[in-house]
Amino acid sequence: MKFGVIVFPGSNCDHDCYHVAKHVMGQETDYIWHKGRPSLESYDCVIIPGGFSYGDYLRPGAIARYSPITDEIKKYAEGGGLVIGICNGFQILIETGLLPGVLMRNRSLKFICEDVYLKVESSDTPFTSEYSADEVVKIPIAHHDGNYFADMDTLKKLKQNNQIIFRYSTADGETSVEANPNGSLLNIAGICNEKRNVLGMMPHPERCAEGILGNEDGKKIFESIVKRVMQPC
Amino acid sequence: MKAKVFVTFKEGILDPQGKAVQHSLETIGFGEVLNVRQGKLFEVALDDGLTKDDAKKKVTEMAEKLLANPVMENFEVVIE
Repeated sequence: MKFGVIVFPGSNCDHDCYHVAKHVMGQETDYIWHKGRPSLESYDCVIIPGGFSYGDYLRPGAIARYSPITDEIKKYAEGGGLVIGICNGFQILIETGLLPGVLMRNRSLKFICEDVYLKVESSDTPFTSEYSADEVVKIPIAHHDGNYFADMDTLKKLKQNNQIIFRYSTADGETSVEANPNGSLLNIAGICNEKRNVLGMMPHPERCAEGILGNEDGKKIFESIVKRVMQPC
Repeated sequence: MKAKVFVTFKEGILDPQGKAVQHSLETIGFGEVLNVRQGKLFEVALDDGLTKDDAKKKVTEMAEKLLANPVMENFEVVIE
C-alpha cells in the first residue's frame, strides 16, 4: 500500500510519520509538499502530521486550511480516502471542516508534553480495528491547543454516531476530570467523521510505534490502516 | 481605506487567557475588574477605489473565511 505524508512549512512530525509508515510498517511512503496540487488518488492513506504549520499564526491550522494541497485532501476525504490528522493535523482537519468542533488553548494555558492514557472508545474505524473496544493505551501528547470544544448539538451527534474514538482516561480506563490534561469536553482526544474515513487525534501514535522507543501502543493505528487497505472488508 | 476587524470569543466559550489577565489586574490592585475577555484586532489596509459598502462586504467575507472561527468567535467590522 502507499502512504502520503503531507508537509506544510512548520510541520515537524512528518519525518516520524514517514519513518513509521515506511520503515516500521514497510510500506511505500511519499512526502507531499503542500504547494502542489497532486491528485491523491494513488494513495491509500494520507497522514497530516503534527507540528506548527505556519507557526500556528492566527489559529493553529487556520492558514494551512488554505494551502493548495488542502483542497485535494478535502476531495480525497469526500471520496472516501483514508485521512488521519495527528495533533496539528487534527487542528487542520477541524479548520477545514472535515471534522466538527474547535480545539482551543489548553485550560492550563501551558504547552503539555507528556504520556497520557487513552480509552479506545470505538474499534469500528479503519484506524482502530486492531484495538479492542475499551482498551486503554498510553500515547504521548505534545500541544498547546488541544482543548476540544463543540456545541451541545454537535456533541450529541458525535455520541449518537459513535464518532468519539479516543478519550483521556486513567490507567484503569476511568475518563475522569483528573485524567483530562487540557480541558477537552467529555475528555475527547480523538474523533472521526460520520463516514469514519477521517480521524483526528491530539496524541502522537507515531512517537510510540516501535519497541526501541519503549512503547508500541501507537503501532496498532498503523497496523489497522495497513490491514484495512490490504484486506478491504 | 482602512478596516478594523475585532474578533472576540462567543459568550459561553471559556477564555483562560482573559481569566489570567483578570487575575493579574486584581493582583495589582484593580479590584473593580469584574471580567476580562481577550480578543484580536486586525487592521486591514484596502484599495481606496472601493466604496464603503463594498469594503464592508469584502472584509466581512474575509472575517468569515479566515480571520474568525465562527464556531467559537464573533467579529465586528469597522470601516474607517
